[in-house]
Amino acid sequence: MWDFIVERRSQLLINGFNHVYLVFLAVVFATIIAVAIAILVTRLPKLEPVANAVSAIGLTIPSFALIGLLIPVSKIGDGTAIIAVTFYAVLPILRNAVVGLQGVSPTLLESAKGMGMSEFTSLYKVRIPMAWPVILAGIRVSTQMSMGIAAIAAYVLGPGLGTFIFTGLTGYGGANAFNNVFVATVAIIVLALILDLLLIILGRLTISKGIRVA
Amino acid sequence: MSETTATSSGSVTGAEIRLENVTKQYAGQKVAAVGDLTLTIPAGEIAMFVGPSGCGKTTSLKMINRLIEPTSGTIMIGGEDSRKRSADELRRTIGYVIQGGSLFPHMTVAKNIALVPKLLGWDDDRIKKRTDELLDLVSLDPSRYRDRYPRELSGGQQQRVGVARGLAADPPVVLMDEPFGAVDPITRQRLQDELLAIQRELRKTIVCVTHDIDEAIKMGDRILILQEGAQVAQYDTPEVVLGSPANEFVEDFVGSGSALKQLSLARVDEVGTFPQTTAKIGESSAEVIQRAQAAGHRSVVVLDERNRPVGWPWLRQLKGEKIVQSEHAPDAIDRRATLNDALDVMLVNGHGGAVVTDAGGAYFGVVDFTSVTDQMRAMQEKAHEVSNG
Ligand SMILES: Nc1ncnc2c1ncn2[C@@H]1O[C@H](COP(=O)(O)OP(=O)(O)OP(=O)(O)O)[C@@H](O)[C@H]1O
Ligand SMILES: [Mg+2]
Repeated sequence: MWDFIVERRSQLLINGFNHVYLVFLAVVFATIIAVAIAILVTRLPKLEPVANAVSAIGLTIPSFALIGLLIPVSKIGDGTAIIAVTFYAVLPILRNAVVGLQGVSPTLLESAKGMGMSEFTSLYKVRIPMAWPVILAGIRVSTQMSMGIAAIAAYVLGPGLGTFIFTGLTGYGGANAFNNVFVATVAIIVLALILDLLLIILGRLTISKGIRVA
Repeated sequence: MSETTATSSGSVTGAEIRLENVTKQYAGQKVAAVGDLTLTIPAGEIAMFVGPSGCGKTTSLKMINRLIEPTSGTIMIGGEDSRKRSADELRRTIGYVIQGGSLFPHMTVAKNIALVPKLLGWDDDRIKKRTDELLDLVSLDPSRYRDRYPRELSGGQQQRVGVARGLAADPPVVLMDEPFGAVDPITRQRLQDELLAIQRELRKTIVCVTHDIDEAIKMGDRILILQEGAQVAQYDTPEVVLGSPANEFVEDFVGSGSALKQLSLARVDEVGTFPQTTAKIGESSAEVIQRAQAAGHRSVVVLDERNRPVGWPWLRQLKGEKIVQSEHAPDAIDRRATLNDALDVMLVNGHGGAVVTDAGGAYFGVVDFTSVTDQMRAMQEKAHEVSNG
């Protein structure tokens, strides 16, 4: 197995990098989209059941199916991979962002207003910083999930560690089939753990000491 | 600082508030929460709003800073219609303090206090100076507390920071909604005293909602007693409200034992305070004892470098060569504290008296049990004469 890794180390590195890069882009887009929708939901409470339903049902759509639906629209390629992964990545973040933003006490928000903060100031000075720990928890879940989904997307649409897995699966019984699947899976798990660690560090740096759970 | 009268030392920085035929009708309710309220609160005074739950106190208060927009009527602040400016701009010139302090948990004490000055575009140096000044004002050591988060403070300290935040940009008007409702009685008395001391310097116009008639009597230059629908039952000084309640509702609300309530009208510095021998930390104990004995005192008040009482030992307790910091600072009362408060403190400290402080917690004198009880007896006799004649 070691020989297998050494032989393919450059391919593994490139695919591993692409995999992480895809997930990174998708999660960044997803965070922006999810927080924006969540802000909309806090302003129009009627949308809340809709948002909740979408985040619940969205996760039940099989990723193969979604990719199949997307391909006619956005062609095979990196773009479609990003769209597909982003779609799933939005869901956990959205659910947490809605909970987090709505969890800020109305008394505090009225206090902010009473001091002369505009809606916008109150949003970025009070609401988002206070909801941030919950949003970030959503981002962590979303990142882990996206690492797995990216493997599927990569098979259909482009490079990523998923290609190894599917090479292994299609050539099952052949030489290196097991190695292909095993090495790629382990790599995905290790990279996911590293990403999670980075997110924990990000939390340390960005969550106010005043609301951090010790 | 020049003393003008017994009760005031600063010059008025407040602005007059006038409510003219102000009405608030919430959507879907038959009766108005506030019906045609007309009221003038003179600049530099404290007006206390009291009344039963749901009578419209909070609604009336929040209409002043437009957290609630009146259905009709006009509110003038410093002679200017409050609708002339945008609501946000208006609110930056009105301090707002609510129960528990309502501090933002993710910001430090300093950041919380700096919020309104920041909104007003003050520069950093000025904000920092102001923050420290305000922490001092509410008796919190800036170097110890400025970088703490709210959850690292006690309830009373949080409330103090809340008051500091309300005063941050030096607003002429401060609105308070049950500011001391969430703390224990002893802390509440302290906070009330401190606010009175601060007000003596600043002379803001303060509108304060409370459930507690005793608090209203103690704090208010005027008391507004409201009935259902914010109908004015009486609006007058505490003396008049207690002495001649306008109607049965007020009588019931003020409650029986109003002779006892008169205790809340008399202030410690009116009863008279005595000087006590004082000592600074680090002074020679022998000299201090000599000084005290010459004056006929059996105890001394120990003061820190800023003249704040930090101990009240008996002479026999001064054992070391030098005066040191005592373990417990004495429970001091402000000189505008009520006789009620004075008695509370005396009962627990075993000195048969209480240390009295002035603005900033600086030592003022001591008051003793006998003078307080003499005053009470005199007041009771006077009350008897009034009710019999
Ligand atoms: N946002 C609102 N919508 C509808 N009705 C309201 C609203 N706020 C207050 N009310 C009603 O208006 C009346 C006055 O309420 P307000 O909060 O001013 O009373 P309060 O005197 O402050 O009472 P408390 O002492 O309990 O705080 C009450 O009957 C209350 O139910
Ligand atoms: Mg209220």
